[in-house]
Amino acid sequence: MTITIEYYLILSAFMFLVGVAGVLTRRNAIVVFMSIELMLNSANLTLIAFASFMGSSVGQLFVFFVMTVAAAEAAVGLAIIIAIFRNKLTVNIDEINILKW
Amino acid sequence: MNLEVILFFIFGFVAAVAAVMMITRNNPVIAALYLILNMSSLAGLYLTLNAQFIAVAQVIVYAGAIMVLFLFVIMLLRPENEKKFLESNPKVKIFAFAVAGFVFIQLVYIIFFSSPSKILQKNLDASVKAGTIEAIGNELFKNYVLPFEAAGFLLLAATIGAILLAKKKIE
Repeated sequence: MTITIEYYLILSAFMFLVGVAGVLTRRNAIVVFMSIELMLNSANLTLIAFASFMGSSVGQLFVFFVMTVAAAEAAVGLAIIIAIFRNKLTVNIDEINILKW
Repeated sequence: MNLEVILFFIFGFVAAVAAVMMITRNNPVIAALYLILNMSSLAGLYLTLNAQFIAVAQVIVYAGAIMVLFLFVIMLLRPENEKKFLESNPKVKIFAFAVAGFVFIQLVYIIFFSSPSKILQKNLDASVKAGTIEAIGNELFKNYVLPFEAAGFLLLAATIGAILLAKKKIE
């Protein structure tokens, strides 16, 4: 038995859809953010698996860029959550509806 | 059963279970700790895929820096625990899980139907060579210099943006 690329792809698809379910069901903005990180991670796993099986380092390079973007996104997103918390005193996304009319 | 198979199943199982546990815990701190477990086992999977540099970067950047940021924000905001998982809006949650399960089945079908392993066989020498920091640096500073600089600029912009957003009053 050898590990073919399908195993990695299925694990990655599973993690991505767990992240999707987390975004759709959780009401805490911070946990929604963590689910988005989970989805980014599963995309990274796909990139690394293909890069490794094709013997190319470009896929790993793109994972590096994805990590950079994820770090920037986490910093800005958490700052937005703090700013919202200061105004509304909650991080529950059901109660944050200032753009609704 | 060689070592690669065993390691894949251990790390893959831990990653999958930690992901599920993360989205079902009420307490955000415990969810963050499960996400750290998930990311660490992903780093182990990257090592079995011969991507040493990315595995180290995963532990330092994701499981280290980003998750510390998350835990700090949880500490600052003290969000109250959510209700038990299926207590509020059970219909919406069941629908969300049905959608996710349906898409997962579709993806599994597509992955097995197209069976990329017919074309992609593991070439151990090439993949070991591609994962070294030497090969990545070579590619990064020769062909991808512009995206690299853009990523640096993005980080600077994000830092300034985060400081501005989290400041008490914007004058």
